[in-house]
Amino acid sequence: MPILEVNDLHIYYGMIHALRGISFTVEQGEIVTLLGANGAGKSTTLRAISGLIPKTEGEIIFEGEELGKIPAHQIVGRGLSQVPEGRRIFATLSVEENLLLGAYLRKNKKEIRKDLHYVYKLFPRLLERKNQRGGNLSGGEQQMLAMGRGLISRPKLLLLDEPSMGLAPILVREIFNTIREINQQGTTVLLVEQNAALALDLADRAYVLETGEVSVEGDAKTLAQDSRIRRAYLGA
Amino acid sequence: MEWYALLIQQVINGLALGSVYSLIALGYTMVYGIIKLINFAHGEIYMLGAYFGFYAITVWKLHLAPALIISMALASLLGIVLERIAYKPLRNAPRIAALITAIGASLFLQSAAQFTFGANFKPFPQVIPFKRIALGPAYITNRQLIMFGVALILMVVLHIIVQYTRVGRAMRAVSLDKEAAMLMGINVDRIISFTFALGSSLAAAGGILVGMYYNRIDPYMGMMPGLKGFTAAVLGGIGVIPGAVIGGLIMGTAENLVVAFGSSTFRDAVAFAILILVLLLKPGGLLGKSENEKV
Repeated sequence: MPILEVNDLHIYYGMIHALRGISFTVEQGEIVTLLGANGAGKSTTLRAISGLIPKTEGEIIFEGEELGKIPAHQIVGRGLSQVPEGRRIFATLSVEENLLLGAYLRKNKKEIRKDLHYVYKLFPRLLERKNQRGGNLSGGEQQMLAMGRGLISRPKLLLLDEPSMGLAPILVREIFNTIREINQQGTTVLLVEQNAALALDLADRAYVLETGEVSVEGDAKTLAQDSRIRRAYLGA
Repeated sequence: MEWYALLIQQVINGLALGSVYSLIALGYTMVYGIIKLINFAHGEIYMLGAYFGFYAITVWKLHLAPALIISMALASLLGIVLERIAYKPLRNAPRIAALITAIGASLFLQSAAQFTFGANFKPFPQVIPFKRIALGPAYITNRQLIMFGVALILMVVLHIIVQYTRVGRAMRAVSLDKEAAMLMGINVDRIISFTFALGSSLAAAGGILVGMYYNRIDPYMGMMPGLKGFTAAVLGGIGVIPGAVIGGLIMGTAENLVVAFGSSTFRDAVAFAILILVLLLKPGGLLGKSENEKV
């Protein structure tokens, strides 16, 4: 059984038909990426999965449970956490407070401490800056903080929305290496990315969205060689 | 009285009264911080808090401290109910709709209080025997000390809740970014309710303290302090918690100094003069963020 199954998902923003019946699955332990141009519906898909926008039609099934009627704040407790586009750090809160908010629903203080250490080990720079305001961090550090905040809820499935956005290439590589590390430690990842080359290199499988529909899907390594993909997204 | 003795005396009076303005301003500023609404019914919560305290003392024969706690608890509930009924349905409506609703809620609560408790003022029971304590060339009364002390304790408790507890962290997160807060698993509705409860309880405490200070309560007593608390919040920078405290103390002091050295005719005018000056010169308030906010 896939950990996440999206079936024929339709979303309307008012009169605009943003998602026109997309379907995809994410298997336990995989990294799956959703590719596509601006406005193709990638972020909309993630927002719908996290319950931030209502779906019009279709199914979102996480570990066998339909998420459609569940309010957004209850979804993270089921083991599905999202690192949103633009990071959305709580700017006036300290780095550590941001991380603790990621663990908001968890009760066991000792376990939270342990996971705080895990995040600090994953991103040592956050430890150096743990008492600084989140808003004072650089873009790369904020991305690390957003990922740490997403991880500290101990998700089974981590949704990452454009983690490379606005970052220098060297930082992007660092972030992507960390995503691989997180995945190897057992967290399933659904990645939305504009940088198709990097995403295809990292992912097991990929879906390409075009104007609210899945246009191409398949094994990431195969798609990276696909001439249509290369022309449209890899600039080759 | 020498002029400096008068000055010291008025500063003492001003800080005591100002501490209550601070309590009221905190409710305005917290609610604004979290849902960007000026809750104009806040002054009526303050008034009802005074009535709850009045009945707790006269009917249940309680002393000041338990009456204070009961009144704060009832006002919290009232704040939660007010938000649920009047403001929550308008969460996604234009802001002006919620603002008008707040004014409506204020008038409704005032009329309801007049209907229930009568339009005449009630003498607030004298639970604390009056005492005057010499303080240099001036005096401070034990009631002023209680007023200032209770306000100070409540502010410290509030500070601890907001800065060092899980729910306080959630409040700050919700005020910054509701969607990101939801992704953390925070129940935004519940945090908004909690904020109303907290702000309302502080207003109720203020109502009792002022009832005790002036020896009387009436259904319209919330109007002026409500507006002054609002002005104090704007003066300090709306949405900024320390700003509300400072704003309240300045308002109280300014008011008393104007009465002492000017004329008591201007007692209430000074508040609005301050409001106009702040809006003209430093719209963000003393501790506010400088960027202009869309209203």
